[in-house]
Order: sequence, then structure tokens, then C-alpha cells
Amino acid sequence: MAFKLNVNGHTTSVDVPADMPLLWVLRDVLNLKAAKFGCGMAQCGACTVHVGGQPVRSCMYPVSQVGTKAVTTLEGLSANGTHPLQQAWETVDVPQCGYCQAGQIMSAAALLAKTPKPTDKDIDTAMSGNLCRCGTYLRIREAIHKAADMGSNAAAKTVQTAGKE
Amino acid sequence: MKRKDSTQNVLNRRSFFKISAVAGGGVMFSFPFASDLLAQGRGGAAPPPPNPNNFIKVALDGTVTIVAKNPETGQGVRNMLPMMIADELDVDWKNVRLEQADFDDTKYAAQSSGGSTATPNAWTPMRQAGAAGRALFITAAAQKLGVPEAELTTGAGKVNHASSKRSATYGELAAAVAKLPPPDFSRLKLKDPSEYKIIGKKHSAYDIGKIVTGAPIFGVDVTLPGMLHACFEKCGVFGGKVVKANLDEIKKLPGVKHAFVVERPVITDAVLPGEPGLENGIAIVAETWWHANSARKKLVVEWNEGPNAGDSSVGYAKKAEELGKAAPQRTLRADGDADAALKSAAKVVEASYSYPFIAHAPLEPQNCTAVFKDGKLEMWGNSQQPGRGRKLVADTLGVAETDISLHMVRAGGGFGRRLTNDYMVEAAWIAKQVPGVPVKLIWSREDDMRHDYYRPGGWQNLKAGIDASGKIVGWKNHFLSYGDGETFASSSAMGPTEFPQRFVPNYTLQSSVQRLGIRTGALRAPSSNAFAFVIQSFIDELAHAAGKDPAQFRLDLLASGAPLPAPPAAGGGRGGFAPPGMNADRMIGAMKLAMEKCEWGKKKYPAGTAQGIAFHFSHMGYFAEVAEVTVTGTKVKVNKVWVAGDIGSQIINPSGAENLVHGGVIDGMSELMLQEITVDKGKVVQGNFNTHGMVRINQAPIAIETHFVKSTASPTGLGEPSLPPVLPAIANAIFTASGKRLRQLPLSKAGMSWA
Repeated sequence: MAFKLNVNGHTTSVDVPADMPLLWVLRDVLNLKAAKFGCGMAQCGACTVHVGGQPVRSCMYPVSQVGTKAVTTLEGLSANGTHPLQQAWETVDVPQCGYCQAGQIMSAAALLAKTPKPTDKDIDTAMSGNLCRCGTYLRIREAIHKAADMGSNAAAKTVQTAGKE
Repeated sequence: MKRKDSTQNVLNRRSFFKISAVAGGGVMFSFPFASDLLAQGRGGAAPPPPNPNNFIKVALDGTVTIVAKNPETGQGVRNMLPMMIADELDVDWKNVRLEQADFDDTKYAAQSSGGSTATPNAWTPMRQAGAAGRALFITAAAQKLGVPEAELTTGAGKVNHASSKRSATYGELAAAVAKLPPPDFSRLKLKDPSEYKIIGKKHSAYDIGKIVTGAPIFGVDVTLPGMLHACFEKCGVFGGKVVKANLDEIKKLPGVKHAFVVERPVITDAVLPGEPGLENGIAIVAETWWHANSARKKLVVEWNEGPNAGDSSVGYAKKAEELGKAAPQRTLRADGDADAALKSAAKVVEASYSYPFIAHAPLEPQNCTAVFKDGKLEMWGNSQQPGRGRKLVADTLGVAETDISLHMVRAGGGFGRRLTNDYMVEAAWIAKQVPGVPVKLIWSREDDMRHDYYRPGGWQNLKAGIDASGKIVGWKNHFLSYGDGETFASSSAMGPTEFPQRFVPNYTLQSSVQRLGIRTGALRAPSSNAFAFVIQSFIDELAHAAGKDPAQFRLDLLASGAPLPAPPAAGGGRGGFAPPGMNADRMIGAMKLAMEKCEWGKKKYPAGTAQGIAFHFSHMGYFAEVAEVTVTGTKVKVNKVWVAGDIGSQIINPSGAENLVHGGVIDGMSELMLQEITVDKGKVVQGNFNTHGMVRINQAPIAIETHFVKSTASPTGLGEPSLPPVLPAIANAIFTASGKRLRQLPLSKAGMSWA
């Protein structure tokens, strides 16, 4: 089945089964590898991307549900890795293996878009769907606070623009 | 890959350090490894003569490229080993480019990630390599500037002559260096730690820019022109075989290109080998992984489940109970007379502890990409032991190791799971069936959780006596594990010097084993991850029975030890190297630092909140940890953990080190509360993170403080030793806070949960 998708600001057509999860369309058809396969049942959050500005678990999100909503992956979060979260992640040196971090950053971007100055509790609530097998949670909290300090307004703006339908 | 001819080897052996020009300009350094590095992983056999290895390239424009030789699984080794070279070479870290080595043991000697061994093995040779390079640039500059070498200094990739204010960059000197004879290694002067500019400073992961922008750097991201995608269905019971399957129907499904049965050799060993290798099953190869996996759901397979179909966790527990009541099968250690000591003790404490099988579950599911062309295999994998993986592939497929090239790709976690290489041999087998076409195999999470090499479960029946002064006088442990006769299943043994051996005069360790039909293997801090919980919880029980402060009781115990015996000549021990045994003074140092930082015994907590303490020595690392918990009913909140470790004289990358300690604590919390693999009718019941969970951010401690004792010992690894003590530290805190002594892992079995 043919679907017209708006991914990271570009319109593209794919011919895939209607029940194919967005994750596999991104990874195997569009060759966008940031979103990761970790569990296949929305348990780990490694596949988190934004659809219409909302964070979704793309491993269980059928491509047929996307419609005209804009899809944003980590590759499209900023033009050249300069989103406050990306900068904060680099400064704090958050990752160990790094496998979950695309999903972590996308969940954090959605949080900052709604809550520019989150508390630890806000962070824990918004990020509890994203597992980190290496246990970098304390640095994730620190980096989100840092990004919020660096430019919560800029962060919110980027996500809202990307999330426009 | 061609074998180097013997003339080349002789030449390299004589020159010890080889310098040559590189295509496009610049210089390349080759240097040998210390023999201990070469010996590692070779079962203690005599090391081969040193092979030259190419690690440093300096281009004419001054660009420095350093080869990162080991598999990166998140432990930060990709930064650490090149940092050692770069500091001694005296170049600016921000001008260094890293190049990941392919697997090539003729060039790089040991290339593996396991046993926290990279730091101790590479510390000297990596620094020597850098220092040798620096010495050559000084020689070249002295010739060029016409001044004595002694008047020259280096810094940021330049040689400087202070009095004449002249300097030359390494790039300018590279052509001259390429013509110099090798330096005299015996005269090389390594830096004093006070001179380090890179070692000991915080450096973010080299790949962080790629990670935060989603660049395709992991095994699962490998993409090749014309590549197909595979999944692989195995029998739920280990060793089961396909009788028949609806392959003709599967082949007709959308996107499916191939479907076939993968055969394996029959294993008849009573105890499974550490790497049983290829399993029998059905491969489906399709246009995308989703097509393959959708077809897999339509598979109808009749299995011959084989001899392990009767295995069950209920059965294991029942057998353990029988074994625990019977006379132990073997005595692994008997110092003094423990029975007599217990008879005359003022107080005897008895307790049974247990821990379950658990899965590694690295977040990146097992995967491997392979293409078979003209009798040769090219592979992309993220094994922790790529050399063993390549050998397994060669042996199973009948392809020469020299006809298999292996690219080492970043791994989304290892934790010991990628020490074994079943996914590699599966990918190779499947690729060989479709010659000329690259195939990427990806396991589902359920494949991973149900076909792991599990951390073995076990039981320990302990009995100890204390005298009137509160000193432990006798210790007996009946250790119940898996195996056959005198052979333990993989990673299921307890060594005869397990703590508190040497610290209790009358010490008996006995064991009994039962057979096992599932695979076991090394999980981060193997055996220690379970034993520390048991031993340090039981010591806590003894401290309370003696009416002593649990920290002081431990310090007294550590101070009472017999002297450390001389280390064995070679081989054995955890992590593949000779363990020197625990130095009590270093552990006392770690304990005292932890107690000082957490203000042990000085804080007044409300009811339900308390601190607990524990220590454990593993992988040459000394760790003492204190947890502060609040217990509300069955809910446990870990407020804070203080970690004090001694891993030698130098923390190579403090940023990575702190991160690994956070990981050790949080990983340990997952094991303590959440994780259990059970077996029913030969099959693993749990399949995903909903049934085999891990700590989430809202359950993580509010704070983890990391402190290091800077001792005079040579630096050792940090991938593992921070994990084991956190389990008993928390369990002991729960006891003090709530009066609940929990002896069975995971604690969720007692109805507990993380707040």
C-alpha cells in the first residue's frame, strides 16, 4: 500500500503493508536509523519519535495511522545537532552504550516543549517509559535541566515547528 | 587476509618498533605488545613472538589518527585506550581522530571486552606506544633545529625549543621521523601523573556527536546495497530440532525471499560447553525485517524438543532442597575445623539464601550482518569476543578463519551476553545459503530473553559461629549449583578462596550440583553479582547477632585476615587473568572512605529510613558502598548511594568512570528487585521487559556519590566491580529500616517493590 509521509520536513512516498510499524518504515525503507528497535512492544522507548509533535513508540505505531501528521526523528530534531538537548547531552556526557539515547532525547524534547522548566518529578514522569540498560538516568536528569537552562524557549519552538501538520 | 611471511616477523621482532611512511604522506608507528596482553585469552599458553601493530598515524598536516582496538559496548574503552596513547604522545585530544580497528589478532593481539581487563592489560603498552612516538619526534626536531634533545619539550603535537623560541609541528617532522631507527624502549621515560594532560581529565565519548544526532553506528544499523533481512526461529527448549514446518507456505508470503532449516551438530556433553554455538531452527530471509518477522508469525513447526523438555524451575528448587538436606557432594575448601568451632561458639547463626537465573538483555537485540562471496565471508558484528566468534563461524561452516573478515561495530550494551557468539554463527550460516547477498539477522527481544546464557541461579545454606567477643570463629557454606560431577555449568562455580576464606580460621566450603538443560554464562561481575548479596547480607546478620555496628564488624573482620598468599604463576581466576586475591588494607581504605562520605552512624533518620553497608572485591577492584533507603510498607525508595572504590593509582577518564559506577548501582538495583528467569517444560517463561524488568528513571536513586581511593597499585578495570556490593548494601539498609531480612532474590518475591 502506498503512503505519503512527511518525515523531518520532507514529503516522501512509501509502498509498504498497512500494518507495518512506523519504526521499520523509518529504518528499513527510509534508512533513518536513529530510532531503535529494543522490545517491539512499547516497553523500552528506544523507538520514540514525534508524530504531530507527540512522542510515540514507533515500534507499535502502524504506518497507516500517521496520515498527514508530521513525523520527526532524532535526525530531524535540529539542522546540525544544536538543539539544547543535544548540546546538553554532549556536555554532560550522558551515554554509555548510547543505544537508548535517541528515544531518550525525543521524549525529553516533547517534555521541554510542554514544560520548559521541568522539576525532577516532571522528568521522572515524562521519561519513565524510556529504559536505559546502562543506567544513565542521573545524567539524563542533569542534561534535561541543563537544556532547560540553556534555551527552553528555543527547544519548545523547534519541536512545535517540527510538529506542525 | 594474508599471513605475514616469516622474514617479516623476524624483522619486526628485531626492530621491536617499526616506523614507515604512509601513502599520502605522514608516518605510521608500529609497536609490540607486552607479552601479558598477548597471553590474555590464550589459556595461559606461551605467548607468540610480539607482532607489530599499527596504532598511530601522523599525517603531514599534523592530523593524528589513533586506532581503537577493542570492542566498544558502552564501557568507554574506545576513549580510554587512545587517551593513554595520546597523552604520552603529547598531542591535543581535540585534534585526535579515532579509527575503529577491524578484528585482526595478527595486528592488534587481544581484542575483547570482558572481565574488566582492558585497563590493566593496556595501561603499560599503550602509554609506551605514545611515549615512543614522542621520543622520535624529539629526535627528528633535534636534528632539524640543530639543538640537543635535552633542550626540547613537547606539547599539543609540537616540539618546542624554548631558548630560541623555535618549534616544529609533528606534521612537519613526520617525513623525517619515517626515516629514523626505532627508539630504545629501555630508555623511554613515561610521564609522571602530574604531567598528564588527557589521562585523568573528563572526556565525553568520542562518538557522542553521532549518538545525539542518530548516526548509524550500531550493529543493527549496518546497511549494505542489496541487503536482505533475516529472522531465526529456534525451539523454545534448548537443543530442540525441527521435525517439519510449513516452509512452502512461508515462502509465498509478501516480501519473503527464502525460508529454510538451519542444521546444527548434536551436543551430547553432560554439561553444556560455554559456547554451544549454532542452534537448529528456521531462517526466514525477506525484503525488510518486518516482512521476515510477519512471515515468522505464520510458521507452523513441529519440534522434537529433545531431552531438556522436562526442565523446570519448580523441579530445580525441589532438587536443591533434597541436595541441601543430603551430605554435600564435594568439599571445595576446609581450613581448620568448622564443625568444632560451631560447636563451641557462643552463638550460631544459620540462614539459606537463593538467587534466580537472570538474563543479560542488552538493549540492542543480538544481530549480525554477513555476506558470503567466492568462498569468503565478510561480517559486521559487535561481539565482545570477536576472535572466538570468528573461530566458531570457521569451525561450524568449514571456512578458514583467514577467509573471514570481521568489522567491529559499536554494541548497544554487552554485559557479557556478547561474549558468546550464537547470533554470529547464525548470520554466517544463513548468508552462506544465499551467496553474494548481504543478510542482516536481527533477533527479537523474545529471542534474546529466551535464548540467553543466563546468570545461573543457586542456593547457599550458611552456618556461622561467633565467640563471646563477637568474632566469627567458624563458617560453613553448602553451595548448591548446576553441573555434573566435578564440573560446574558455565559461570556456576564458587572458588575455594571466596570471602571470608582467610578471614575466618575455621572455614568450610562444600558443594552439590544438579543437571541443567539451559545455557548459562557470564553476566557483568559473574558470580560476584550473586555471591556478594549472600555473603555480605549474612555478615550483616552476624554483626547484628554479635550486637556490633555492621561497619565496624566488617572492619574488624578485614583486619583479622591471614596474609595474602603468593599469587599463582598463571591462568585461572575470574576474567581470564590470575587474581592476586584481596588485599585487606585496600578494602579497609574503601570502607573508611565510604563511611566518611556517608557520615556513617552520625545521621539521625526518621523511622523507616536507614543506611546499609557492604563491600566486595572482584575483577581486581575494591568497592565499599552505602545505601540510604526509606521503606514504606513494601515500597522501597533508594534515596542515595555512596560508592567508594579503589581501582588503583589513576582514573583514566573520570567522566566515563562515574558513569560506569552509576550504571553498576542501577543495574544492581534491577537484579535486586526485579529480575528472574523461570523455566517451565524446558522453556523460558519471560520474554520481554514487562516480565523481566529493569529500573526506570523514576525508581533510580536521587543521588549517587562516587569516590575513589587513589592507591599506589597499577590501574584496573571498572566495567564490573562497582555492581556487586550495592545489592547487599540496599538489602542491609532495608533490614535496619524495617526489620525485614530478605534472603531471596529478587526481593519482589517477598512482595517488595521500588517506590
